Amino acid sequence: MSRLEALTLQLAWDRLLAIVEEQAQALMRTAFSTVVREAGDLSAGVFSREGLMLAQAVTGTPGHVNAMAASVGKFLQRIPLDHLQPGDVLLTNDPWDGTGHLNDFTLVTPVFRNEQCVGMFASTSHIADVGGRGFGPDANDLFEEGLRIPISYLFRQGERDETLFRLLAANVRDPVTAEGDLYSLTACNDLGARQLLEMLDDFELADLVEVGEHILSTSAAAMRTEIGKLEEGEYRHQMRIDGYDEPVDLVAMLTVTDSSILIDFSASSPASPRGINVPLPYTEAYASFGVRCLVGNQIPNNAGSLGQIRVTAPVGCILNAQPPAAVSARHSIGQMLPDVVLGCLVQILPDKVPAEGASCIWNPVLRSAANFDNDDNFVTNPIFNGGTGARPGKDGLATTAFPSGVRTTSTEVSEATTPLVIWRKEYRPDSGGAGEFRGGLGQIVEIAHRHGRPFVVSKMFDRIAHPASGRLGGDAGMPGAVYIKGGDQLAGKGRDLVPAGATLVLETPGGGGLGDPDDRSERARAADLASGLSTR
Amino acid sequence: MSEKHSSRTDAVQAQTLVRVAVDIGGTFTDVVLMRGEQRSAIKVLTTHKDPADGVMTGLVEVCSNAAVLPEQVSLLLHGTTLATNALIERRGARTALLTTQGHRDALEMALENRFEQYDVNIDRPAPLVPRPLRLPINERLDAAGEVLVELDQKSIEDAVRILRDHKVESVAIGLLHSYVNPQHELAVADYLLQAMPELNISLSSAVCPEIREYERLSTTCANAYVKPLMQRYLESLERKLDAAGFACPTLLMTSGGGLTTLATAREFPIRLVESGPAGGTILAAALCDAFSEHRALSFDMGGTTAKLCIIDQGAPLYSRAFEVDRSYRFKKGSGLPVRIPVIEMVEIGAGGGSLANIDNLGRLQIGPESAGSEPGPACYGRGGDGATVTDADLVLGKLDPADFAGGRLQLDESAARTVLSNSLGDRFQHSATQAAYAVSEVVNENMAAAARAHLAEWGKGAGGRTLIAFGGAAPLHACLLASKLKLDRVIIPADAGVGSAVGFLLAPVSYEVVRSRYMRLDQLDVAAVTAVLEELRSEALSVVDELLSPEEIREQAKAYMRYLGQGYEIAVELEPDEIPSEVDLRERFEREYLKLYGRTIPGLAVEILSWTLGVSGPASGTLAADQVQRQRQLQADEHRDVFDVISAQPAKAGCFRRETLLPGDWFEGPALVVEAQTTSYIGRGFTGCVSAQRHLVITSQEGA
Repeated sequence: MSRLEALTLQLAWDRLLAIVEEQAQALMRTAFSTVVREAGDLSAGVFSREGLMLAQAVTGTPGHVNAMAASVGKFLQRIPLDHLQPGDVLLTNDPWDGTGHLNDFTLVTPVFRNEQCVGMFASTSHIADVGGRGFGPDANDLFEEGLRIPISYLFRQGERDETLFRLLAANVRDPVTAEGDLYSLTACNDLGARQLLEMLDDFELADLVEVGEHILSTSAAAMRTEIGKLEEGEYRHQMRIDGYDEPVDLVAMLTVTDSSILIDFSASSPASPRGINVPLPYTEAYASFGVRCLVGNQIPNNAGSLGQIRVTAPVGCILNAQPPAAVSARHSIGQMLPDVVLGCLVQILPDKVPAEGASCIWNPVLRSAANFDNDDNFVTNPIFNGGTGARPGKDGLATTAFPSGVRTTSTEVSEATTPLVIWRKEYRPDSGGAGEFRGGLGQIVEIAHRHGRPFVVSKMFDRIAHPASGRLGGDAGMPGAVYIKGGDQLAGKGRDLVPAGATLVLETPGGGGLGDPDDRSERARAADLASGLSTR
Repeated sequence: MSEKHSSRTDAVQAQTLVRVAVDIGGTFTDVVLMRGEQRSAIKVLTTHKDPADGVMTGLVEVCSNAAVLPEQVSLLLHGTTLATNALIERRGARTALLTTQGHRDALEMALENRFEQYDVNIDRPAPLVPRPLRLPINERLDAAGEVLVELDQKSIEDAVRILRDHKVESVAIGLLHSYVNPQHELAVADYLLQAMPELNISLSSAVCPEIREYERLSTTCANAYVKPLMQRYLESLERKLDAAGFACPTLLMTSGGGLTTLATAREFPIRLVESGPAGGTILAAALCDAFSEHRALSFDMGGTTAKLCIIDQGAPLYSRAFEVDRSYRFKKGSGLPVRIPVIEMVEIGAGGGSLANIDNLGRLQIGPESAGSEPGPACYGRGGDGATVTDADLVLGKLDPADFAGGRLQLDESAARTVLSNSLGDRFQHSATQAAYAVSEVVNENMAAAARAHLAEWGKGAGGRTLIAFGGAAPLHACLLASKLKLDRVIIPADAGVGSAVGFLLAPVSYEVVRSRYMRLDQLDVAAVTAVLEELRSEALSVVDELLSPEEIREQAKAYMRYLGQGYEIAVELEPDEIPSEVDLRERFEREYLKLYGRTIPGLAVEILSWTLGVSGPASGTLAADQVQRQRQLQADEHRDVFDVISAQPAKAGCFRRETLLPGDWFEGPALVVEAQTTSYIGRGFTGCVSAQRHLVITSQEGA
């Protein structure tokens, strides 16, 4: 291959990366679901016609990273390439074929040029309501969690599948926005398709074959090189978290061989009777993210780079739950997996790995209690984060989402759009674990109804009984807490009524500390005291 | 001008009217004097101790060059990066924030997100006000502005003690929901001023009365942080102007592309942050008018970054969101948000000083790290040892080593060759030319990608736009960028090196104010809306009424609307004096939504978050109508060996001096047009022609 061709391949790759970013931006700006818009809970990518992911937008959540990557292959198993026609759009929300719970809809759009399929665009976004019990951990099986659509046609040669649209509308609480979100997904794939065809023209390429091979082989080789720098061996780490009714053990055995990494979760707890179970694609996504934020983090995500990390868990394990297990709140377990993986990696890279953090986002669903007039009806899903683990050489980040990439919601906007008042939302002093470097602080949030009416809170919180551990001698962060002000402690998971006139308090967990607390500099200590971040 | 600013174009008056524009940048202060149609321009060094000194040096010199006496100058137009630099370098005042109890950390908690997914070591920018100076005030309003907790005097007294102890110079007051009801903020300010009359105070309900506490507090604190410094500077400037006999009024350029009074600038200096780049886009928009172009893309490329701005119907794109100092690879979210009227631009780390390197995938990456001007590119010979875009341009033959920056700097071509063939390793088999070609391709592709993404984000296409290029490095790359974006026409204005200051001379007096008033469209409260608009109108008019006569004032109100529960609002324009109705607003909202996103959602409720109202006068100057008429084809006396990036072939480029070119002169590319501040490259397949007003217009031979 000549040098100029190598440059062309690089420019074509850059262009594909730019195209999927635009695809994701278009989706984010038009989505209805709050977590998509505010949190970037979406993904967008371009695939070879064999279903291999060539480029993926860097969006807010790692939960879709290779979940969606694997998904397109499953679409092609169900509906082979030679059945696809221009104008076809496929979809599913099956947790095992998509990204782990019914709220996530994945759409696949094949792109045709001169009557040949040259590739595919896929996108995933979180639709706010899919019927059933609503987003939350309380279901005992998948059927309680809402409508499940196996891999199907949404459009055939440009024609809407009316049956599917009607079926969807009849089974969700907010059919207008659900349909809006499906159109938003369709439109972002179309935008990607148009840009891809233009790119092929610009570069005078017949198809993506050569570019695709270049991307996959270059990325795989680069990832192998990065892994090759790690010391071979087996590294085990175990972390216990709250679970729903009983604690859950997450146990990883991470094996580094010459050029690949295997993460085996065999010794982890069995599936739960509640909706916190994790389908394997979502386990793969967060486990491999844990590796990727330290190893090869500049290598773009694609089938080549992702393929060097394998993740397994036995059937029936909470990290490889089988249908019809309930999975709605799978994020509350999945977001813990990077901490488990980092616990393995700290044995190889002691000076690169942060301590454990709050990790699971605290996003209560707050809604009006029943039996009030319509004017008072509301439902909202604000996001409050705890602290991240202390990092080598610096403190953890206060009130920051990790590994999720979500953003919080504005207090003023929440109050303008619901009858709630957020009386307090500020740092929670002393909540970061002590260490040479301190864990990030959590926050204290106090929420009441403007008119003193009761409201319902649905919780998917963790790290209440099992706080974020420190590493290398650092202390654990403070555990989280949820309670009625001046009243009872509430469980971290499940639904509760906040009685009339009462105030709900959330105290999000702090991150773990790193290194011996005695080694903390006087200056850092004094600064924490002066600013009231620590009181002792 | 001492009475009312007038758009009268009395021929005699226009001949004698002398206006001067001054743009203070980080390194240079540009001064442009305009008498009638005649311009003279100079650059002097920015004097950091008191920037007013540099301004005076430049003013005196430009006046003496043009044989104009200070008292003959009728208007001074001024833009400055002082506020921006103070924010970036954290050189502002010791500032405190008084905010609603229970929410003192909102300023630092920000959006609780990470702007880079795969880097565990990122930090958000430190807040301008540290926690010990974020002081809780016991009070509370609800979202409708009704009092939930009365203002507690004692909490203000406690705050005053701390302000005194810490010798605080400037205070931001930002209480929840003050955008609906400013009474508590006003009462706190009253108390503070009585207790500490010397305090400098910024109210969030005045600086940025807009919903979303983090962004409002961030904007208000930034205003408070730069206010004392800007007041000192503006006072010093006024004194020195007075002493030197400049008796004319001074107007300040804002980031929104309009001019405003000194009084407003002193009160809301945060509105001045992006005035330089805004000036450039005003020039680009005026060129569109002069050439009767409707759609353009302005392209400004300097030493560290490139900025692109969409221009439609002769007006640059506006928005209300900006981030100062994106400190992490210019990434969205890594800067301090300010909510002010701003000309919307995309900025990426691609400039002449941007460094090239090979990443761990063997891919050539350019920027965002930059060699800046010190040590600068390797070819500057000041110790820079990284390969930069300028080194590549030199090796490709586009720069004359002996004639760069008006001959002030001798470029070292062999240093450039060495660094390109060595530092980029065996990727290009140590061929400096191949490496330079690749650097050029990648940086141009990066800029094209940024342009495409920006256009897509705003629901617009590139097709048919004219690229208007200014700034040191843009004219070297404009043809190549145009070719990537399939644009057929490039304009490189005369005086491209002082484009921002020239833009100031063309800007209108204008002012925009905002107020958040949440309502659902199906519960549109017409009386409340009318009251909000009336409030906004009188606030905006009070800023411009010294400068504009009533018949000159144009008014533009907008509603910021979205579908119920969405996260982004879109601006919907109202007609002048319109009393909005639900049906009209819905129809216009859906029209805008369709333009941006391609599809509306029937049946879904719509909500309104905010209202803005802007008032503006006529442009303070215009460019004469212009045209391109090929008269004389030039053959160059001198040629340089170049590597033409568009055709990927070596070529001989004709060389021309910009100042010797006359209207109607034309030539075919590859060609180079050299002037003191920049060099324009006309690629193979393009033709350059000098317009009637001496702007360089480059057209693609395919498109022509």
